Amino acid sequence: MRKARVIGILGSATIIRNGRVIDPANKRDEIADLFIADGRITEKSEVRSQKSEIEEIDAKGLIVAPGLIDMHVHLREPGFSHKETIESGARAAAAGGFTTVVCMPNTSPVADNPSTIAWIRDRAAAVACVNVLPTGAISKNLAGEELAPIGSLAQTGVAAITDDGHCVQNHEVMRRAVEYACMVDLPVLDHCQDYNLVANGVVHEGYWSTLLGLPGWPAAGEEAMVMRNILLAELCDHHIHCQHISTAGSVRLIREARTRGVKISGEVCPHHIALTDAAIQNFDTNFKMNPPVRPLADVNALLEGIADGTLSILCSDHAPHANFEKEVEFDAAPFGIIGLETELGLFIDLLAHKHGKIGIARLIEMYTAEPARLLKIDAGTLSIGARADVTLIDPELDWTVRVDQFQSASRNSPFDGWKLKGRAVRTIVGGKTVWKL
Amino acid sequence: MTMRRGSAPGSTRWTRKDLLGLRELSADEINFVLETANAFKEVGIRQIKKVPALRGKTLMNFFVEPSTRTRTSFELAAFRLSADVINISATTSSLTKGETLKDTARNLEALHADILVLRHGSAGAPQFLASRLKASVINAGDGAHEHPTQALLDLYTIRERRGKIAGLNVAIIGDILFSRVARSNIFGLLKLGARVTLVGPSTLVPREFEKLGVEVSYKIDEVLPKADVINLLRIQHERQRREYFPGLGEYVRLFGLTKERAKLLKPDCLIMHPGPINRGVEIDSDVADGLQSVILDQVTNGLAVRMAVLYLCGGIAT
Repeated sequence: MRKARVIGILGSATIIRNGRVIDPANKRDEIADLFIADGRITEKSEVRSQKSEIEEIDAKGLIVAPGLIDMHVHLREPGFSHKETIESGARAAAAGGFTTVVCMPNTSPVADNPSTIAWIRDRAAAVACVNVLPTGAISKNLAGEELAPIGSLAQTGVAAITDDGHCVQNHEVMRRAVEYACMVDLPVLDHCQDYNLVANGVVHEGYWSTLLGLPGWPAAGEEAMVMRNILLAELCDHHIHCQHISTAGSVRLIREARTRGVKISGEVCPHHIALTDAAIQNFDTNFKMNPPVRPLADVNALLEGIADGTLSILCSDHAPHANFEKEVEFDAAPFGIIGLETELGLFIDLLAHKHGKIGIARLIEMYTAEPARLLKIDAGTLSIGARADVTLIDPELDWTVRVDQFQSASRNSPFDGWKLKGRAVRTIVGGKTVWKL
Repeated sequence: MTMRRGSAPGSTRWTRKDLLGLRELSADEINFVLETANAFKEVGIRQIKKVPALRGKTLMNFFVEPSTRTRTSFELAAFRLSADVINISATTSSLTKGETLKDTARNLEALHADILVLRHGSAGAPQFLASRLKASVINAGDGAHEHPTQALLDLYTIRERRGKIAGLNVAIIGDILFSRVARSNIFGLLKLGARVTLVGPSTLVPREFEKLGVEVSYKIDEVLPKADVINLLRIQHERQRREYFPGLGEYVRLFGLTKERAKLLKPDCLIMHPGPINRGVEIDSDVADGLQSVILDQVTNGLAVRMAVLYLCGGIAT
């Protein structure tokens, strides 16, 4: 048997004692011990039966969760290693409680071909302390004109296709991409932005853009593409996942479509519920992201969308940029902030503690079973035999965000100094502790 | 002159090293600048048009976006205060070689510049520099955000002609959305108690402006008879990338201050324009030169206002 053989080689096992084991994929939520042997979740008897050293972890007062999945990060390699590397990004993921990250294809070269995907996979295997799953581009060079070799990308093992950071504007091209992705069973992720409506917008179009004279990014610029995606998901009968949803209108459209059974979903980033567009008033470029932070009415709609299941996935859109790139005029600065090391804390603090919108079990589900189901990946569960990716979470721990202590190679976070309640305290990948507080 | 500098012991009327916008100023601070400008206006009609207030200080006119009128006005104001002046434009700066704004400005500061007058196409660029430099930063126009000295000279001109600002009906007409002059005027006029109405095509005067405390109207003929002051903004049709209105002909028909429309104005209504004017577009040529026009007064007053601003901020910077 595989298990016995590998135990013989590794000779190690772990028991995580007395934690609150929450495994949404198995509808499990109980105080229990969790057993790991051979890098896999296992039965109590198999750990007892072997004679080698057993590591014991006291998890009293902690949540024992399946390793968290962040399905929207930018690791910047190849091409932009001054912002982040696969190695540093993976360390940041581990420090945030993530055992699996799904990285976006807007690298240089663009991940629109099998050899770049292979390079990312090889690099991750060599240096990353967490699982790194690459995505491939929808269109060649993210230009929105010609289809990338989606079938070849699927064979190379991409988790999904997306033009994230860009958005295919031509509905016909997008339709064919979705139809083709359906054939090779790849989910399609879309960054929803109508280029004509948004133009050179840098902040939410509303009171603050009017006051400050900054080019506005209207909510309709996102909603037009969410609507497009709903129509194409119906037309092609294939799943389209809308990335970083930020507006009330998008929530309403997705809610209505999901009620009708349309294969559409949406994700939320912490900054879109932690901040409002008032944050931009001092022109701090760490509050510049795409889509932009929105007014309170949109924040409240996102919270409702999370509460009623319309928005089913949590993620960071971790977007590292070097200080010198961000420390420029507001409209010249690149969009995006880092998030891997703050997102869990922000979501626990805001969703579970402050707003009470969802319980911790649902929050974990939105970080594990939900993305695993969408991407059809073997992760996000504590089932017997599953790879032992485990995150230990202290939901009551008070801590302060310190960007100078981040594992990420970048520092572009607007949350420096924030006091949060709840965070990961240990991250285990394949049975091995890769990070602990 | 017997003027007290704002930073003098016992005075709290001016404590800022920078002038970034009017939104952050109190009514008292605005009035203090206007009073200070009043004292400086007299310098311009002297035989020797110079005072030693900023002697030994260095002012850098850093204009990343082209400007003749504002740059010249700041330059002359600095000369009259006896400051040393250097002009740097976008084409002569290292910005064209890829240097960042921050690095360029720090290099200017390393040359011991005391005052940096910045014109920049990006909203917030003066805030960006002010928080990073010891030198005074004076905003000479940032994107569509603020142009505080223009609004101060507008306020000065209104007060000079009408004796007050509180209670006046002021209409600002034209491209509001992309206008830094409009925003600074809105902030300043409201702080000093005027009533402000914005007029122009709905695409350039979105209703969102009402939340700033002003009225928005798309019917100029209803606004003109009630106005005590109208401020016409330049229509920059040639620079707008997107279609905000069908064309200049239609603009004149709907919003231009034609001779016919000018008859709707009260006899004592002031006609203002920050320049440069498009004769025959936002304002009829004869109307621009008419008795109600104070356009050239604005230019003259701009000098006094900029002297006041340089004097006040320059005094804090040391």
